[in-house]
Amino acid sequence: MAILVIAEHNNETLGASTLSTLAAAAKIGGDVHVLVAGSNSQAVAEAASACSSVSKVLHAEHADLAHPTAESLAAIVVANAEGYSHILASASTFGKNFTPRVGAKLDVQPISDIVSVESEDTFKRPIYAGNAIATVQSSDSVKVITVRGTAFDAVEASGGSAEIAAIDAAAHIFDKSKFESQELTKSERPELTAAKVIISGGRGMGSGENFQMIEEIADKLGAAVGASRAAVDAGFVPNDYQVGQTGKIVAPELYIAVGISGAIQHLAGMKDSKVIVAINKDEEAPIFQIADYGLVADLFKVLPELKDAL
Amino acid sequence: MKILVTVKRVVDYNVKVRVKDDNSGVETANVKMSMNPFCEIAVEEAVRLKEKGVATEIVVASIGPAQSQETLRTALALGADRAILVKTEENVEPLGVAKLLKEVIGKESPELVIMGKQSIDGDNNQSGQMLAALLDWPQGTFASEVNIADGKAAVTREVDGGLETVALNLPAVVTTDLRLNEPRFASLPNIMKAKRKPLEETTPADLGVDIAARTTTLKVEAPAQRQAGIKVETVAELVEKLKNEAKVI
Repeated sequence: MAILVIAEHNNETLGASTLSTLAAAAKIGGDVHVLVAGSNSQAVAEAASACSSVSKVLHAEHADLAHPTAESLAAIVVANAEGYSHILASASTFGKNFTPRVGAKLDVQPISDIVSVESEDTFKRPIYAGNAIATVQSSDSVKVITVRGTAFDAVEASGGSAEIAAIDAAAHIFDKSKFESQELTKSERPELTAAKVIISGGRGMGSGENFQMIEEIADKLGAAVGASRAAVDAGFVPNDYQVGQTGKIVAPELYIAVGISGAIQHLAGMKDSKVIVAINKDEEAPIFQIADYGLVADLFKVLPELKDAL
Repeated sequence: MKILVTVKRVVDYNVKVRVKDDNSGVETANVKMSMNPFCEIAVEEAVRLKEKGVATEIVVASIGPAQSQETLRTALALGADRAILVKTEENVEPLGVAKLLKEVIGKESPELVIMGKQSIDGDNNQSGQMLAALLDWPQGTFASEVNIADGKAAVTREVDGGLETVALNLPAVVTTDLRLNEPRFASLPNIMKAKRKPLEETTPADLGVDIAARTTTLKVEAPAQRQAGIKVETVAELVEKLKNEAKVI
């Protein structure tokens, strides 16, 4: 039994989410192979081969894979799927985009966003915005799975020296869709899903300028900045800051929610954080029902004080 | 251009769901149901494309029990032209959904299919991608902007680091993210009119699709409950607790 993990990367470095996916693969057990599809992505293939739990790296190079489309990537995975009992990718926008396509092509029902491995065919996953946890068993011959990164501790990225085998990609490039452009949010701060500390603002922040106060505290804590959907929809911050069912799922050591009421959709994205702090002037806000430390106060008064106290 | 939009009837997003005592699932009897929010956005986008003169006809489809008719009527009241219900009492997995929709599309031949990116009950985020795969069509998932011109769709997608734009040859499948648009409300006259719009019923057997489940749900549990902690009075006290009690900063 062998497991194929599809690497998420930017053609230079292996994504942290891939290391968590490898941890889930290790829990299932068996040989773990990694597929790296990219352009000028030799460094990524080497990084994957250096992971201690990896026994082989399949490396597909093609100019059109600089930003692989789901269509091309799924076709490459399907063409190389023979002999694998499990195909895994992270439950990021990258993994969510192509894995269902792989499932449909292989005529199997994929399992999304697993949070635990019970056995080689049984997994737990949240449903209803994390308000219920389902234990599901798959009867398919190949299990196609996406893995929630925050539920698995990353594997060691060193100590291995797996063989790197080149595989052909040219025959699988899908010509009816094409990557055009991207517009990435630039930030000096840690990536939201990997940060140890996150400070998030909600509608209560009032404006985009006021997020400056949150950013200053984030800089002092080495924290990432997040937001509720209300803050994103109001245009205070870009949408990739959004934490929740429809945004990013995070589980940092410390999550500080400022001016966020705590709607179920938001809680779905952060309630597995180790310590939750809520700062809100409404003492009835649902966020206080899950916060370890709550401070009922006006955030405009508290945030400057908090900045000075750190 | 004909557009096919899919809608799903789910537990209303404001409902705090309760896990059944026998752990077989989530209580759905006597719970408020409504159209999946991502599907509402899909309907709205199709209606806007029609208003812009890009689309000529909007067909809305749903798979589910007889009550899904209400969800389809809602879509008709919002501006869809006619509806198709694939009636089944079974809980259909995304693979089955994709196979059923493929048959519907074979009969209807739309040039664009718009679906929600995920249903808020199953949280799978799969059906659109699986349908595109079965049809061998391109896909534009998690769309926050869709522009149709010259037989192509330019779709701006919400990805983890920001935004990405892909160009798709039509026919294609697009799945909606929340920021694609702000859905309208149905007016009373439109709700009345929707009652007279055509609604056709079919079944998985009529379509010749096997929807037998590939996964078994062994158990559904409530997640571990977090208890409310303590309230602090001042910022100094908060910082002291985080440093010395929780030891997280």
